[in-house]
Amino acid sequence: MTTAATSVTFDAEAVRRQFPALTRKVYDKPLVYLDSAASAQKPEVVMEAEMRCYREYYSNVHRGVHRLSQESTEAYEAARQKVSTLIGAGCPREVIFVRGTTEGINLVASTFARQRVGEGDEVLITAMEHHSNIVPWQILCEQVGAKLVVAPMNQRGELIFDEFVARLGDRTKIASFVHISNALGTINPVADMVAACQERGIPTVIDGAQAAPHMHVDVATLGCDFYTLSGHKMFGPSGIGALYGKLEHLNGMPPYQGGGEMIRTVTFEKSEWAQPPAKFEAGTPNIAGAIGMGAAVDFLKQLDMAKVAAYEAELLDYGTRTLEAIPGVTLIGTAEHKASVLSFLVEGVHAHDIGTILDREGIAVRAGHHCAQPVMDFYGVAATARASLALYNTKDDIDRLAAGIGKIREVFG
Amino acid sequence: MSELTDLYQEVILDHNKAPRNFGVLEGADRHADGHNPLCGDQLRVYLVMVGETVRDIKFEGSGCAISKASASLMTQAVKGKTASEAKAMFAAFHELMTGDPSVRASAGAELGKLAVFEGVREFPVRVKCATLAWHTLEAALLGGSAVASTE
Repeated sequence: MTTAATSVTFDAEAVRRQFPALTRKVYDKPLVYLDSAASAQKPEVVMEAEMRCYREYYSNVHRGVHRLSQESTEAYEAARQKVSTLIGAGCPREVIFVRGTTEGINLVASTFARQRVGEGDEVLITAMEHHSNIVPWQILCEQVGAKLVVAPMNQRGELIFDEFVARLGDRTKIASFVHISNALGTINPVADMVAACQERGIPTVIDGAQAAPHMHVDVATLGCDFYTLSGHKMFGPSGIGALYGKLEHLNGMPPYQGGGEMIRTVTFEKSEWAQPPAKFEAGTPNIAGAIGMGAAVDFLKQLDMAKVAAYEAELLDYGTRTLEAIPGVTLIGTAEHKASVLSFLVEGVHAHDIGTILDREGIAVRAGHHCAQPVMDFYGVAATARASLALYNTKDDIDRLAAGIGKIREVFG
Repeated sequence: MSELTDLYQEVILDHNKAPRNFGVLEGADRHADGHNPLCGDQLRVYLVMVGETVRDIKFEGSGCAISKASASLMTQAVKGKTASEAKAMFAAFHELMTGDPSVRASAGAELGKLAVFEGVREFPVRVKCATLAWHTLEAALLGGSAVASTE
């Protein structure tokens, strides 16, 4: 496969070679993987790190005096350090390993937010949230009698910033919003959003699931109170993610789950909690998963995220122009600041049929509501097809997508 | 391409473009809603029953070509049939797409036009699209205001 010349010095072909799954065929056609926003493929280094853990030094962490347990603990804590450095946390204790972004948000909603949101209070989110940043807050609001308030977006899929600010009131006890929309690709002005919240003393949670694989994230600069990400979106394993929280909050929060590892002392009368992060990591964690996530961080760090972002911006631009030139194709989500997501409709053809036909051409896209039904309702559609690009995609992949859309026309007439 | 053209046969494309018995059925004595949470397909099936017989049937909603065409062809197939005949037809229809191929031949014979859905067999993830309308019909036949779901 050849890559059309790009003006950015980023060697996508060299990156591709590190992802074995990308070399396979689907229905006798070379795979074109355009579903990284759902979950990204894994480079060799991530698989190797996880396998090495199991082959060479696997044991439970923080428990044994024996050598394997020490080595596992060191590798697990080194992964925490890597994630901490990647996102600019103050110290590794501010990084809690969770199953993914969904669990990160649920953790904050059921501990930190549960302590401060009461009857008649408000929780603010935006109109472009994934279900995982809607439902945990709905559950909380129902439990305490609070109200979920939604800041609107415009037709391009951009947050209306003034409307967001207008909804920050005395009763707003927490604001939780997405960094990059999975359904639309919109990059939110999160630094400005956090600043507006901070002026009013309102703590902030950022859903960063889609951001980490595309851009440099720095929680210290953002100033947010919580930031959560998923390993599997950033080329790491599934079932592992991280929640960043300011240490002052983590110290004051009640535990999320009870069990082993999260305690200091236990008697039948009373238990005392361990310090964070252990306080929030009850039970044996996803040890090899965390180590794999650490390897994914190393993978991202050696790439230079500024170059990745520039390369992806060029791909997105090419993809946008290519799809816009196809009659009957409409893009959903055309924000000025946008990550490499192309959500689209083909006139007269349901997204599910688009997905099936492209699949037979070897092209993997997502078809559906992308776990963002309110976004679909906003645009008055039941579903869209979504091609999401990552650093291993090329212009050639986009050309294949365009040819695949041509095939849809052949079938549907 | 051949499996794709087996799936998207002319009859299916035609019923997708111009669904029959589509819209609200005035005077319906029962209806049910069907929902596929995976893809967001939603439809409603209306019935007018005379005793055990489906006197009239209509559907409305949105969905992919397979689910829309299936609903459209289903309304034609079950009109005038009894509830138990309709249920038997659903069983044969399901068998057509998922069952043992040797049994399928006889099942296909009773299905008439519905046999065009045999191509769905090669696309297991789309079986739910083809059966959504039937699950909804089943719920409507039971009466009440049940919601059928593919999940």
